[in-house]
Amino acid sequence: METEHVGKLSIVEGEEHDDLCTTLVLHGEDHTMGNVVRHMLIKNPAVEFAGYSVPHPSENKINLRIQTYNTPCLSALYTALDDITDVCDHVLETIDKAEEKFQG
Amino acid sequence: MAHIEEIRNKIHLDLHTVRNTEDSKYPGTYSGYDDSWNYAKFKNNFKLEIVSRSAREVEFDMIGIDTPFANAFRRILLAEVPTMAVEEVFINNNTSVMQDEVLAHRLGLLPINVDPRLFEMKKKGDKVTERNTLKFRLKVRCKRNKKAPTDTTNPDELYLNAKVYTRTIEWEPIGEQKNWIPGGVRFTEDDILVNVLRPGQELDMVLHAVKGIGSDHAKFSPVATASYRLMPEIQLLQPFRGHLADKLKGCFSPGVVEIVDGEAVVKSARVDTGSREVLRHSELADKVKLLKVRDHFIFTIESTGALEPLELMREAIKILKDKCKVYRKELDVFTT
Repeated sequence: METEHVGKLSIVEGEEHDDLCTTLVLHGEDHTMGNVVRHMLIKNPAVEFAGYSVPHPSENKINLRIQTYNTPCLSALYTALDDITDVCDHVLETIDKAEEKFQG
Repeated sequence: MAHIEEIRNKIHLDLHTVRNTEDSKYPGTYSGYDDSWNYAKFKNNFKLEIVSRSAREVEFDMIGIDTPFANAFRRILLAEVPTMAVEEVFINNNTSVMQDEVLAHRLGLLPINVDPRLFEMKKKGDKVTERNTLKFRLKVRCKRNKKAPTDTTNPDELYLNAKVYTRTIEWEPIGEQKNWIPGGVRFTEDDILVNVLRPGQELDMVLHAVKGIGSDHAKFSPVATASYRLMPEIQLLQPFRGHLADKLKGCFSPGVVEIVDGEAVVKSARVDTGSREVLRHSELADKVKLLKVRDHFIFTIESTGALEPLELMREAIKILKDKCKVYRKELDVFTT
């Protein structure tokens, strides 16, 4: 049902997929990553649909479906990952500032 | 307008239900609002304030961030920030009453006071090296105390080494570990009771500790829980005076509602425990609104001792960043 995967990402075969819509499998992930990626994808106005599910709780992977209007859906995913990294960087900076403020 | 703001930003607590829990601030849901992701807007609104801090525990507020992030940080703190813990116990002698496997299980749960970032994960088949393993020795024998007073029944006086504490376990450095582990290696607490012996019983074993994560075994979790709650909000829909004000005050935890100039005033919604007691009284229920602020998280992180709690939070955020990095790399391969 799935293509052979070498790394952590693979595309689910048997489901319609092209440049504008695809269902990916993220191996070794759960709601921790799934919910955040889904959230950032939906925040992107170029994304028509984004959702994730855990196909079975005994298997450690998630299905992520992305449908876009005009832009390639994999680039929407790339943008979402960049956005998540931006948030993480900013939170790290803010922790440092907060620590200084609390110390002083 | 205010009604829409409330739906967008607050969670409603009713007597038997919790309403409006889903985040609806996505592009297209509300006309007239631009909810698409805006990094500048996020940076402008985001606040992080440390409320209290000690060596083992920190409480801080994160305001202006969305639930998936706060929950991801919490989940990573629990399950994916690594620590060192005893994984293998080589038992040469155990004549105590505690079975081998029970004792080994207990030893695995002891938190080790060392920075796990100095070490590498040991994969199956890897040899024991100074970079992936910590070695400990537990060797103790219980003897009768010849100097004990003759009429005592107190085991602390009658026997020597009857109670085996973590301070009895000795670290045996492998290779050059003494040089690159500042301060040496101990367990985070000296006085955790590991086993109880009587004269003639002894323990002699070698412990190997490795680096692992909480999702593999809870002993590797660096937090004696990390959790968050949402900031409560209490709206008084009309003024409360007299005995109704006193009744209102009594429905909440001390410090939430105070009587100022005869009128009930919400002093500190933060201290509210969320019991919703006020909704059980018909004369108060429809005059009060209980809400939670959707993007205001009160985080509490309690560390087991290896890393400082704020440092654990930093590690959790770095782990989320690394996950994104892995997938970006994979996408590069995909799209070429």
